[in-house]
Amino acid sequence: MSARNLLDLAWVIPALPALGAVVLLLVGKRIGEPKAGWLATALMALSFVASVVAFFALRSLPPDARSNVSQGFTWIQAGTFRVNFRFLVDPLSSTMTLFVTGVGTLIHLYAVGYMHGDERFSRFFAYMNLFAASMLVLVLGSSFLLTFMGWEGVGLCSYLLISFWFERNSAAVAGKKAFITNRVGDFGFMLAMFLIFQKVGTLDYSALGALPKLPQSAVTAIALLLFLGAMGKSAQLPLHIWLPDAMEGPTPVSALIHAATMVTAGVFLLVRAHVFFDLSNHAGTVVAWVGAITALYAATVALAQNDIKRVLAYSTISQLGYMFLAVGVGAYSAAIFHMITHAFFKALLFLGAGSVIHGMHDEQDMRRMGGLRKYMPITAGTFIVGWLAIAGIFPFAGFWSKDEILAKAWVSHSYALWAVGAAGALITAFYMTRQVWLVFYGPERWRDDAGLVQGSGDAHEGDEVNVGGAHGGSAPHESPWTMYLPLVALALLSVAGGFIDLPFTNQKLNVLDRWLELPEPTTVSHFSTGLVLSTVALVLGVVGILVGVAVYRNGLRRDGTDPGVERLGGFAGVLQNAYYLDAGLARFVSGPVTAFARFLSDGVDRAGIDGAVNGIAAGARAGGGTLRRVQTGLVRNYALGIALGTVLLLLYVATRVSF
Amino acid sequence: MSALAYPDHITATYYLVLAAILFTIGAVGLLVRKNTLVMFMCIELMLNAANLTFVSFANALNDISGQVIVFFTLVVAAAEVAVGLAIIVAIFRRRQSVNADDVDLLKG
Amino acid sequence: MIGAGVTPIAHAPVDWYAIAPEIALFAAAILIVVLRSVARHDPKVHQASMLIAIAGVAASALFTGVQWAFVHSNGPYQAMSGLVAVDGFGVFVKSVILGATLLALLLSGGYLRREHLESPEYFALMLCSATGMMLMASANDLITIFLSLEILSIALYVLAAFDRRRLSSQEAGLKYFLLGSFSSAVFLYGIALVYGATGTTRLSGIAQFLAKIVLLHDGVLFVGLALLLVGLGFKVAAAPFHMWTPDVYQGAPTPVTAFMAAATKAAAFAAVLRIFVGAFRLYDVDWRPAVFGLAVLSLLVGSIAAVVQTDVKRMLAYQSISHAGYVLIGVQAATDKGTSAALFYVCTYAVMATGAFAIVMLVARRGDDRHELTDYRGLASARPVLAGLLTLFLLAQAGVPLTGGFVAKLSVFSAAIDVGQYWLALVGMLAAVIGAFVYLRIVLAMYAPPDDEAAPEGPRIVVDAGTGVALTIAAGAIVFLGVVPGIVLDFAHAATQLLAR
Repeated sequence: MSARNLLDLAWVIPALPALGAVVLLLVGKRIGEPKAGWLATALMALSFVASVVAFFALRSLPPDARSNVSQGFTWIQAGTFRVNFRFLVDPLSSTMTLFVTGVGTLIHLYAVGYMHGDERFSRFFAYMNLFAASMLVLVLGSSFLLTFMGWEGVGLCSYLLISFWFERNSAAVAGKKAFITNRVGDFGFMLAMFLIFQKVGTLDYSALGALPKLPQSAVTAIALLLFLGAMGKSAQLPLHIWLPDAMEGPTPVSALIHAATMVTAGVFLLVRAHVFFDLSNHAGTVVAWVGAITALYAATVALAQNDIKRVLAYSTISQLGYMFLAVGVGAYSAAIFHMITHAFFKALLFLGAGSVIHGMHDEQDMRRMGGLRKYMPITAGTFIVGWLAIAGIFPFAGFWSKDEILAKAWVSHSYALWAVGAAGALITAFYMTRQVWLVFYGPERWRDDAGLVQGSGDAHEGDEVNVGGAHGGSAPHESPWTMYLPLVALALLSVAGGFIDLPFTNQKLNVLDRWLELPEPTTVSHFSTGLVLSTVALVLGVVGILVGVAVYRNGLRRDGTDPGVERLGGFAGVLQNAYYLDAGLARFVSGPVTAFARFLSDGVDRAGIDGAVNGIAAGARAGGGTLRRVQTGLVRNYALGIALGTVLLLLYVATRVSF
Repeated sequence: MSALAYPDHITATYYLVLAAILFTIGAVGLLVRKNTLVMFMCIELMLNAANLTFVSFANALNDISGQVIVFFTLVVAAAEVAVGLAIIVAIFRRRQSVNADDVDLLKG
Repeated sequence: MIGAGVTPIAHAPVDWYAIAPEIALFAAAILIVVLRSVARHDPKVHQASMLIAIAGVAASALFTGVQWAFVHSNGPYQAMSGLVAVDGFGVFVKSVILGATLLALLLSGGYLRREHLESPEYFALMLCSATGMMLMASANDLITIFLSLEILSIALYVLAAFDRRRLSSQEAGLKYFLLGSFSSAVFLYGIALVYGATGTTRLSGIAQFLAKIVLLHDGVLFVGLALLLVGLGFKVAAAPFHMWTPDVYQGAPTPVTAFMAAATKAAAFAAVLRIFVGAFRLYDVDWRPAVFGLAVLSLLVGSIAAVVQTDVKRMLAYQSISHAGYVLIGVQAATDKGTSAALFYVCTYAVMATGAFAIVMLVARRGDDRHELTDYRGLASARPVLAGLLTLFLLAQAGVPLTGGFVAKLSVFSAAIDVGQYWLALVGMLAAVIGAFVYLRIVLAMYAPPDDEAAPEGPRIVVDAGTGVALTIAAGAIVFLGVVPGIVLDFAHAATQLLAR
């Protein structure tokens, strides 16, 4: 069997988890726990094996021929418009499948332990498999439309999984919020596709290699619309508001979807369509700045969060910002590199957090933790690896990838971007140190529930769920092996993951760069410059950690206040509420709309207006309310409606006729 | 429209204008009257206005088919009467009223 | 003996094949009525008439298939001196109507038994109405269209008011009747004016006339055309002629609602396409902006008004208005591609609307009055299969990939983009977003836990065999249309090519 024959079988990769989803949806209840989980995990593992095979098959081809579009079938054909259901295996998609299936398998394994005892155990794995299948379609699709299909699929699974525990109202609300915010982004993606189809004539990626001459405005419009799509899915300012709330889902979901894979889809899309950014004069700058500002913004917000998962959520937003910063300056392979290392250490951190929550009997507030390293040594050890990785400490994975992004920003003469990114890195090291110390070091605050001062805390305190309730009785415990085995594996990857792309071009150690063969910013890379930049980055990381340790070495103050947050003074509240952006958006959108609604009637139900999403909904609701009042139920009024419509049509006709 | 000023003979235009007026009366009647039976009669008026238009055009165009159409329309109108009255009677039995404004259970 | 100088009346040659599908349906209807009058109170009559009705649909489908085979090899032609056309377009729409009729019949059996409304007339009326729709699909003459419009409507007026015990059903019947005959009258007057302007009511004759002669005074023609648009806009439930839709859809017995939404729309859109894109194509500069307006209004009104509803049946009714808007996007393109996109949309909508209303019918239980959103809470845990199916149909209506709804929306949008109508596509997408929100509300309600303090659990939802079969067919079809849409798209494309002009 030749390598190409093998690559034609690429459909197997998404088909395996898809099969799992179908089986589990149909007969999952009968398979039961834990077999359903094992089935799902096994299929993911097989899919990973298939990805590895595909990877080696692709590697056996000569470098300039490493792109294979499998023979598929024509899915939609209408006149000149045709959509082929084909899979594209090239270095980019192959890399993506490897890490999606690899990380996915580990998270599935973890979930077998984590979801133990849940009454809809098999349903959960059905969704997870469905998610993986969609994500793989997204990655392997040979055209924008197929990618879009996967895009919608992962979105759907994401809402299903966020609101998996729909008994909690907050989970249902969070699912809705994610849905609407993503729709805004999808809207951009769809428009971009229509523009591409109009200008290029096809949606196939193969056409991107030889684009016809396009006007600058069209290229920029396409690029920015694609970016709008990416902003929704990858949670960039200001469409990031859904991601922190998405933490309502079970923790493996947060790890798989909202940290490792789905949220990186936006980055993938931009890298896939990088031609448009190469051709456009300004789109890249916009992307880079949005990314940089998001990175800094989310890092500062993470400083003051108390929920263990929310810290990580904001941290994810921040790290995604770095990836977009890289895309913006044209360092595509650096973006992918960071995407991969980030998947390792962020999945590790999330799963570690899940392990903590599990061990603490569903406690998520870091102020009620502390000193846990004695009780859950494996979780603590691996979490610390993740912490060092994200803080960018040599030689952990995060060091190499973050350093590469900052270096690429520097060499493309975007010094301001570099400065913002570096500042973000410093803050990242600090808030992660805070988290580690509050959770694993210091006094064991979970022993005394009274030690906590309420009120100054999280804006979402009311939403927080405390299923476990009183946990004063039983001590925290380490998690079962299905949970810590993935932690260990991910910890190893977080240590070693950086070596896939070392910045030593002359020794050919930049394996990923050469494999992906993506265009690079003009590199006048002096080794000394690189060394200085790396040192600066490392120093920033170390400083962040040291300051963090200094502030939090004793955990919280005796009165329960947070020594770091305290020092921020009045600004702390701003941070805790994420700069009031969510609420502000709500006010901005819903303000004029509610005024309008009140003007029309006071009967409009405004009780639910507390978020940006509901603001938009209120707009539609106000319109609907008006229509509702017109719909009087009186048949004569309806006849009047028809008559008025007729008169309007006749008036229009009057402008057309020649008497 | 000089024919209007000097009506020495009746042209098709007269019939057409008459039909348009009848049609409008029917339409307006439907909008302003509350009694479903009267509303229904207004619809009949509109149908007959259309018939008059057909016949006038058929005459002016010297084409027989326009007159044939009228028979079809008459049959249709008769069928509508049968069904319409049945529905109105059924409602009248329940509500003891033929007022169209009383019927507003479904709305919003 | 016929005297010299008196010409014998020439009989128009009757091509029975051309109207065989309609005859089959109508014959079944008459058979049912006869059976009913012969065996008055035999309870088996009800069962028998449903079987006769299904047999009639099957026979009609057979004849339609024969027509397709003929048209496919010999090309389209006009029969009955041009009153009806036998062409691929007609065959496609007739297939949709027959499919929708079959599904509605299957739903009706169990429904009528549940509501104690068993009576054979119901099936006869449904077949009559379907006959009118079939005739409309193949009509090549404005008068044929008017007659078929009346045949289908008069039967529907009765069907809408069929539940004599429920006031809302009677109210639906009355409203539909008054407004429907109002719009019919407007439509007829429009025909009269077009006849006056062109001297003919044959669609092909009108097209020829307009191609040959440029009217100096086109006022009469244009006013006539506008009135035609009003009449048909009413039947397809396009805003601003839509106001009857929510009330009638909500009040009518649910299988009738499904039938109205699926089949009536298909038939009326066939007429719209034949008249506007077919006969008046030359004047598309003039009518396209008007249809544009209707499309935008329908899209927005339908989706926005649905947001504030709490009654699921009414929500779906409003959404049907916005679905009409999507089809109008295809019509508005005034191209072959637009026509085939509209055909595909109509076909897909028939399936997903029938499926969704079927579940609504089941959830409503006896009395047909549990339509509130709260009645759907906990459906997923109580009846996971039904909840899953409704989710499927709603996702399809929202246009989620791998369902027919996605392909349908995509094809109308791309038809609009092809002729440079970006704005229309944009409004369509906006409506899709709002629509998705509405569907999501229903889905979330289903997957939410049941209300504890709500009214005590209603009687168990009973799924009878006919409904089960109908749901299976609809679910299979909607997935089929989404996964391998090529077959039906090709059919729609070929149908458009084989349009008798």
